[in-house]
Amino acid sequence: MASSHGGLVVSRYALYAVLLFLALLFLMPIYVMVANSFKPLDEIRSGNLMSLPLVWTAEPWFEAWSTAQIGVQPTGLRPYFLNSFLLVVPAVAISTMIGALNGYILTQFRFRGANLLFAAMLFSVFIPFQIVLIPMAKTLGILGLAGTVKGLVFVNVVYGIGFTTLFFRNYYAAFPHELIRSARMDGADFFGVLVRILLPSSGPIIVVTVIWQFTNIWNEFLFGASFSDYSSFPITVALNNLVNSSTGVKEYNVHFAGAFIAAIPTLVVYLVSGKYFVRGLMAGSVKG
Amino acid sequence: MATLDLINVQKSFGPTKILHDISISLADGEFLVLVGPSGCGKSTLMNIIAGLEEPSAGQLRLDGRDITPLPPADRNISMVFQSYALYPNMTVAKNIEFPLAMRKVEKSKRAERVSSVAKLLQIEHLLERKPRQLSGGQRQRVAIGRALAREPRLYLFDEPLSNLDAQLRLDMRTEIKKLHQRLGATIVYVTHDQIEAMTLATRIAVMKGGVLQQLGTPYEVYNRPANIFVAGFMGSPRMNLVNARLMQNSSGLALDIQTGERTPVRIDLPDMPSAMNAHIGTDVIAGIRAEAVNLARAGMVAGPTERVFDARVEVIEPTGADTLVVLDLGGNEFTVRLEPDVSLKPGQDARFFVDLAKLVCFDAKTERLIA
Repeated sequence: MASSHGGLVVSRYALYAVLLFLALLFLMPIYVMVANSFKPLDEIRSGNLMSLPLVWTAEPWFEAWSTAQIGVQPTGLRPYFLNSFLLVVPAVAISTMIGALNGYILTQFRFRGANLLFAAMLFSVFIPFQIVLIPMAKTLGILGLAGTVKGLVFVNVVYGIGFTTLFFRNYYAAFPHELIRSARMDGADFFGVLVRILLPSSGPIIVVTVIWQFTNIWNEFLFGASFSDYSSFPITVALNNLVNSSTGVKEYNVHFAGAFIAAIPTLVVYLVSGKYFVRGLMAGSVKG
Repeated sequence: MATLDLINVQKSFGPTKILHDISISLADGEFLVLVGPSGCGKSTLMNIIAGLEEPSAGQLRLDGRDITPLPPADRNISMVFQSYALYPNMTVAKNIEFPLAMRKVEKSKRAERVSSVAKLLQIEHLLERKPRQLSGGQRQRVAIGRALAREPRLYLFDEPLSNLDAQLRLDMRTEIKKLHQRLGATIVYVTHDQIEAMTLATRIAVMKGGVLQQLGTPYEVYNRPANIFVAGFMGSPRMNLVNARLMQNSSGLALDIQTGERTPVRIDLPDMPSAMNAHIGTDVIAGIRAEAVNLARAGMVAGPTERVFDARVEVIEPTGADTLVVLDLGGNEFTVRLEPDVSLKPGQDARFFVDLAKLVCFDAKTERLIA
């Protein structure tokens, strides 16, 4: 007994050691980014990428934010950061609402072909972005939305509906049926049931959907690069342009700071609601 | 309140028939209990009345008005669900108010209704709580309160007591009966519990396999069950069923009961319905309730409808209020209900009186009551 107990303790320490090592490994790039974003450029070129700054400076952060040359004007990332917000907020809101509506209809109205329709929507989740580029460019042209933030909102909403429908459909499939029946008998109409009964009980799945959509659309690059112009670039495209500019000196400290700025919103979203994310995913997946 | 007529209601899913041609008429203020084993179609029938499912054929009339095509919200019918179906995001007060708010009743009138319903059900102190903060019995009251709030023409109860523990179930049963007496409401109530059906109903509809087996008062269903299924389903312990042959005697009708080894035991019958005469010489099933039997004591004389028989005691089950004794009657089990302090022992032979006044006979082939 005693020896097997001792064995357990040893293997537990070994486990922690492996986990600690992996955690450090994954944190390494973030450390490099942050450490070097606070160094003057000379120190990066002459010194070690792994060392802490000898002279601390916040200058690269200010430069990345407001003065770096990205487009024609030296505007920094600021206007593109704003573009991304103008894109992400409506795109997340609209795709989440449509997902809730679809989930409600697919689970509460067992119409003919409901499962087939759901399967088709699920299939859209697996379509690679590249395939839809040309048809989408045509569509945006016809709609007169090419090269605008509105156009990007449209693209991301269309692409997100498959995911949001999947989330809400699975969540509502486990929702007590009698509540819906009761609300119908009490006189609630189609939208009354959704707004007064289903949505107020949908907290966890709304959090999951919002995080998922926010992260995906914020980090999305291909659509942004394909369907926007200088005035409507999202942050990902702007960051790429900042880092890949071929003229002048490579300002690594500014690039590191810019990359970190671009990642801040998604980091905040995860830190604030990561707990709900896992909980909501579990809640939706128990019954489906 | 209201009258309800179900006229030739049928329901089928593809080739499967869930309900076969059900016709029931309810008078104003009746308490109808739909009872039967699970899968008998009673819940489907209730959902059809509620408007949550459509009948495949037939018509529903509430107060003489055809409501078959109406959606549930327009039928003016309230329902209490098995799971109570309280809206988890709303307080008790909001739950009770919900059907009124959906009907755009004025705010002041709503508040008035909520407080009068809360007073009636003694849940005034719970009004600001959320459903998850309530016990099972309290949830039950709130669910009933929500049904009462909008003063519907008809109430539906779908197994409302089956999620409660035994003691609470008895209390709530009494309260529902009180409520019915007080409101004079027309109620349709679904349960699989035959004791609930007996205690609550003004009329019982016994169902099995989508077919209405019998529609009658609790007295009729208990004492004159329409067939073998109803005889076995209603009442606890179930009715004793004995295979016999109906014979003509010099004094009237008699039953020959096969006891296995010896010649049949012959029992003379008291006056029976004239329909019995057509079955002389055929096999029948005699039904006798457990309480028709008494232990014979010295000096007792059999009454005009009583007969004497001997049997061996197999099992004794005291319930407190009375004692159930299982007898061996020619190889068949026969349960009798005796006084609580009866002094019998298993294996003992004893003599019993059986009162045949309420004896019923079923055709052995069709299993229907001969009446």
